[in-house]
Formats: sequence, structure tokens, C-alpha cells
Amino acid sequence: MTDIFNLAGKTFNSRLIIGTGKYRSHQEMQAAHTASGAEMVTVAVNRVPLDRKTESFLDYLDEKMQILPNTAGCYDAEHAIRTARLAREALETDWIKLEVIGDKVTLLPDNEQTLEAAKILVKEGFIVLPYFSDDLIMAKKLLDIGCPAVMPLAAPIGSGMGVQNPANLKIMREQLPNATIIVDAGVGVPSDAAIAMELGADAILMNTAIAEANDAAQMATAMNLAVQAGRLAYLSGRMPKRLYASASSPIEGAIK
Amino acid sequence: MKVFINGETKEIPQEVNLTELLKYLFLPDERIAIELNKVVVRKKDWENIKINNADKIEIIHFVGGG
Repeated sequence: MTDIFNLAGKTFNSRLIIGTGKYRSHQEMQAAHTASGAEMVTVAVNRVPLDRKTESFLDYLDEKMQILPNTAGCYDAEHAIRTARLAREALETDWIKLEVIGDKVTLLPDNEQTLEAAKILVKEGFIVLPYFSDDLIMAKKLLDIGCPAVMPLAAPIGSGMGVQNPANLKIMREQLPNATIIVDAGVGVPSDAAIAMELGADAILMNTAIAEANDAAQMATAMNLAVQAGRLAYLSGRMPKRLYASASSPIEGAIK
Repeated sequence: MKVFINGETKEIPQEVNLTELLKYLFLPDERIAIELNKVVVRKKDWENIKINNADKIEIIHFVGGG
């Protein structure tokens, strides 16, 4: 079946967005990217080292990939805005994954600063994809100010704990039926990705779960399949949960 | 004169513009961006903007991230 993912005027065949961090080699990253089927990858903005020659990391990315720079490492709106502006200048893209972290231990997002930064960046013409806590009210505020999608976390960044609060994601999906919801951070295994998609997420963004797998490319394949499986399940409509059994075979006519 | 580049103090020649600064630092001029005193400088303006003593400059590129 055709199931195109539309985001901010672009179309994607894959609902998996993956990162470029933590891979043991560029070759391993490239193999994982290919296996994932993803068409969009995140990259981080960082100071150029002045003490040594560096090669361009971007040369290792498939040219067909949409590059989504992030504002990782920013702890307030001002730094995130400056980082987004630098990324736009260097990459000539208006797309930005807005990430304003509130705490170094948990890397949980600072929703208040995220909203403040998003307001300014949207006004400046950025396509702002904000990472935030899985909170319905915050999602509404981010959508109201012009973000084309919201990116609630499943669990803390790099934790691999999976969807910690499925009720919040389900409520967000039900209350915002037309919003684009991308679950970002916290996926550990394919079943986590499938659960998020079954709950109605439109896409998943992940990095560590693939990059830290012993076989990153194989895990990328597994994640690709899981995202597709979860999506198909969501579109198919799950059976109702019942407290008691419901026989699959006819009871009448069984021999006595 | 002294300037601050990516948090480091650097001694650079007088009257240097941003394009010349990149050459002086042996940095590429593609897929990077420069911020001068917290304001991004468009690439087309690099040649016209001279650096002053005590300027704070950020030069960024891209690395792996999630």
C-alpha cells in the first residue's frame, strides 16, 4: 500500500527518521542509514576544532537524504536560536529540530524555553520541529504558534526505555487528530517503535537504538520493519481489549 | 590583535576579513557558518566584514547527532 508521510510540504516514503551520532565508524553509519530506509537524518551543530584538520562529516551522508540539523546542547532559547540561525546559513535549509535541554542528567527538554525559541524561529521562517515532553497542552501551544509537527519524547534521550507513558501519546493522538506527531527519543528496540506507531505516531526519530546495537545495520532493518508494522496496525484498527476470553473457534458443534 | 574564536583566545593579523580569517585558520569555506558577536554573518558578506580586536567569533560545522 502507499502510505506517504507528509511533513511541511515534503513527502517521505519512510516514517523513520534517524540520527548520525554515536556510530563506531562512518561506514557503519552509512550501512545503517541504507538499511533503515530513512529519508531524513539529523545532524548536530558544533564548533569547528581549530587545532586540527577536519573532514566534512556531511560527505558521509547520502545526498538524497533530507538533512535535519538540531540544536542539541542548547540549554536556553537564545543559544538554540543562534544555533538554528548558524545551521540555516551553513546548510541553506530552514528545517530545524529544536531541542532546548533543561537538565544535564536527564536531558529532559525545557518546554518553556522550547516554546519561546519556537515562537521566534517560526517568525523567522524556520520549519521548527520541536522536541518536548509528552504533554498535550504543550503540543497544542507549539502547533498554535506554527510548528508543522510536534516531537514528544518516549523516554529520555539515549535511555532506550521505550514508551514510558503510552496514555499521554494516545491522548495526544486522539485530541490532535490532524497534528503530525513524531516520537523522538527513548526508543530502545523495535517493539518500542511499533508501540509508538500503534498508538498513532506519524513517525519516529531515533539514534542510539540503532547506533549502539552490536549490528547497527541489522537493527536499522528491524526498526524500519517495526515502524511499518506499527503504522499498518494503527491504520488497520486494533481489536478491543477484553477482560475475558472470546473463543476463536465455534463452541457449538464441538463433539461431546 | 586578540580575538576569541570558539572560546579560544587567538592572535590574528590586523585588518583581516572573515574570508581571510578562514584561510588563516586553515578552515574550509563550505558547509560552515560564522557568527560574529552573536550575529550570523551571511557568506556573501564574509569578504566585506573585517574583524576587530576582542571580537567574539563562533565558527561551526556539522557532526553526528540525534
